[in-house]
Amino acid sequence: MPLPDPQLTPALEERAARVSLFRKLLKNPVGLIALIFLGLLVLSAIFAPLLAPADPNTASLQDVLASPGAAHPLGADSAGRDVLSRLLFATRFSLAGALLALVVAAVIGVIAGLIAGYFGKWFDSVSSWLAGLLMALPGIVVLLAARAVLGPSMWLSMAIFGVLLSPAFFRLVYASVSAVRNELYVDAARVAGLSDARIISRHILTVVRAPVIIQAAMIAGIAIAIQAGLDFLGLGDMSVPSWGSMLNDAFAKIYTNPDLMIWPASAIALTCIALTLLANVMRDELERTAGPVKRRKNRNRAAEAPVVKAAHLSTVGMATISEEERRLALEQPAASEPGEIVHPVVVHPDPEDGGRSSTGNPFGEELLSVRNLAVGYDQPDGSIKVVVNDVSLRVRRGEVHGLIGESGSGKTQTAWSVLRLLPDGGRVIDGSISFEGKDLAHATEKEMTKLRGAKIAYIPQEPMSNLDASFTIGSQLVEPMRVVLGLSKAEATKRALGLLERVGIPNPQRTFDAYPHEVSGGMAQRVLIAGAISCDPDLLIADEPTTALDVTVQAEVLSLLRELQAELNMGVILVTHNFGVVADLCDRVSVMRAGRIVETGPVRSIFAAPEHEYTKALFAAILEEGEARGELVVAQTEKEGLR
Amino acid sequence: MSELLLDVKDVVVEYPIKGFRKAPFKALKGVSLDIRPGETVGLVGESGSGKTTLGRAVLGLAPVTGGSILYKGADIAHLDRRARRALSSEIQVVFQDPYTSLNPSLTIEQILVEPLTVKNIAAKEASRRVLSLLDQVGLPQSAADRLPREFSGGQRQRIAIARALALEPRLIVCDEPVSALDLSTQARVMDLFKEIQERTGVAYLFVSHDLAVVRNLSHRVAVMYHGEIVEWGDGDQVTARPEHPYTQRLFLAAPVPDPVRQEQRRADRERLLAEQGQQAGVL
Repeated sequence: MPLPDPQLTPALEERAARVSLFRKLLKNPVGLIALIFLGLLVLSAIFAPLLAPADPNTASLQDVLASPGAAHPLGADSAGRDVLSRLLFATRFSLAGALLALVVAAVIGVIAGLIAGYFGKWFDSVSSWLAGLLMALPGIVVLLAARAVLGPSMWLSMAIFGVLLSPAFFRLVYASVSAVRNELYVDAARVAGLSDARIISRHILTVVRAPVIIQAAMIAGIAIAIQAGLDFLGLGDMSVPSWGSMLNDAFAKIYTNPDLMIWPASAIALTCIALTLLANVMRDELERTAGPVKRRKNRNRAAEAPVVKAAHLSTVGMATISEEERRLALEQPAASEPGEIVHPVVVHPDPEDGGRSSTGNPFGEELLSVRNLAVGYDQPDGSIKVVVNDVSLRVRRGEVHGLIGESGSGKTQTAWSVLRLLPDGGRVIDGSISFEGKDLAHATEKEMTKLRGAKIAYIPQEPMSNLDASFTIGSQLVEPMRVVLGLSKAEATKRALGLLERVGIPNPQRTFDAYPHEVSGGMAQRVLIAGAISCDPDLLIADEPTTALDVTVQAEVLSLLRELQAELNMGVILVTHNFGVVADLCDRVSVMRAGRIVETGPVRSIFAAPEHEYTKALFAAILEEGEARGELVVAQTEKEGLR
Repeated sequence: MSELLLDVKDVVVEYPIKGFRKAPFKALKGVSLDIRPGETVGLVGESGSGKTTLGRAVLGLAPVTGGSILYKGADIAHLDRRARRALSSEIQVVFQDPYTSLNPSLTIEQILVEPLTVKNIAAKEASRRVLSLLDQVGLPQSAADRLPREFSGGQRQRIAIARALALEPRLIVCDEPVSALDLSTQARVMDLFKEIQERTGVAYLFVSHDLAVVRNLSHRVAVMYHGEIVEWGDGDQVTARPEHPYTQRLFLAAPVPDPVRQEQRRADRERLLAEQGQQAGVL
């Protein structure tokens, strides 16, 4: 399937998202509370000298362990120092210490991560090795050693701790940079002649920014906790008030004055909690905006037809379509789009004898009959987005029915609705799907499970992503056969080997034991075909089975499908965008556009005389067998020489 | 005939393989071709044949370990980053995937201005140029303020073409630029390529896996297989009456969109495979 067209709704969302992360945080109650708390904390740290009623280090013997009162709002500690003043100044030093660790970690980690991720080579291996070493070092031991050698200094120990924390940033930045480094737009910028510094600042930093901010909040919390821990153990500079040293002091008097523990303990706990919550909220907000981008493929499938129709309109006319019009096109169900005239389906008559397959056998009884099928997706606002409308088709035993159309025409949606495997939110909203007399549109999930695999088989477009990388190919073939056909393990293995041989795999045993990544795409598709026919299905649904394959491999897979279809006398629905594939394999074809079938009939008749305007336009766009460009006209090159 | 624009001689590209003393992977095993000014040279091959690697080698994005790439007579295979940057106004690129070749967080104007800033073109002049570029590729001027996400595959490919044209290059490497597009969009983008070439006299190295696309666009065609060029010559000759066994297989493997002729082609292909299999057996 050609690539999906742009999803418009997330585009608008993203635009809105770019406005401001900050504003979003304010709208989130948890984020708002965390921000207010941290804001107050920073303010009290800055204005500590103005707010504090007394000097934090002035001891007064009269006030030793004084209770809270007018002179000491929060009481006094074991040396008679004012607790409130100490708490305010401690906030100052604790925050500054944590900030120092954070800045050191971020500067080292981000810069090293950028260089290692972007330029790679020797710096990559050296810095990755160093990062591993730092992570393996027990932080507290290093800090103890540093204190023993360098003396008690909070700033020094926090700077050292920053170095120890830097791998957290390094690994994060390294991972995101190496992910973007090979993006085509970075290559394009390089070809455009941008210097490395410019590429980094324009294309790379934007990607790194968000995760670094989130990580910073996390790291700040850790730094505060560690800093408090060090001071609590008495390793810090006792002349500097900090939450840790207050805790240390209070701990000594825990039996006589347990209240003294409350203030530093709650300051540490609340700050760490606020930072962690803030980090979580930021991640939620940032990833929510990134969400639709990541899930684009699925969401697009879900919303394929109308969205792409809008895009289609714009490519056809190359006209400017305003945002408003696009949105309208999205919201309108295909049927009632203003200005669109729904032409009746052009039906080419069957030959007198009901038609024969390419192998010359007459078709059997009717297997599948789809009538007036409509498929829609529930929207958050309660409306339904219609992606397939009024589609009718039938497949007889031994007949290959092609569904052809461009991306977003609803061909895949139609195929999926027969399997009842529509993505979340999608459902058959009208019409009937009757398979061997049973109505699939209203069958229960249990009934469908019985049919899928056993009576109706499926071949997907991307062979690789449809094999589980963590199991051998053999086990993935054997398992369904044991469940569906009730075979023993030995019987199923034997049958699987036979099938692998049947689909033309040269060394079945080796492929049977192999993992999916050990075989080529063409082989993987053969394996999936073997799996699809393993339970003798009556109907095979093939969704672009050769699109991901090379031309020569495609030809082999098409031959294989043709042979198997004739041998097992299956009915087949073949979804494709390639007219060559239709010409090769199909007996009948339905041309789809914007969720509807516009023309249907026997393949030869449609290829010989297409009647619908859209079908004609598609045929006109085919390049095969067209005129070659011919030799370069010399006059043109001479003109070139004169320039 | 005027002098050659690009002359690729016995180029070897090797990628190191992880592991101690492992032989490097040879993506290109001594490839030679040339491009004249204003000409389109098509490069056909299947995945892993090395066709994309050759394009990237010309762009300076793949490590050339042997041979030479002469552009207007000067070797560009081993330039440092600075000298390479100076070439940006001569050689440009259009990539296959219109979804990842444009930075999703920049507007179309920002994307198109990017190459111009390298040449220190003033902001005002640059935005004027952007509008004319959009015009050249048939996009409305209102596109400038939008994000890539808001455009369809075909429109994004037009934006990528506009970016390549921004510096008025003499050669554009086109790496599967129409493979990800729908049939009707593909035809229109190809017409755009031709129209631009006829107007500006730019040369294309046009990489594709699709024989029909290459045939339609190329003056001369090279067929690659396992890192080597197996057939090279006039476009019509190579794409319609191929001589090399691999090209013959490739040609007959592509299904014709006509049931009657496809039946014939299928038979031809089976016969060819049988013949070639026999020859291989005899040899």
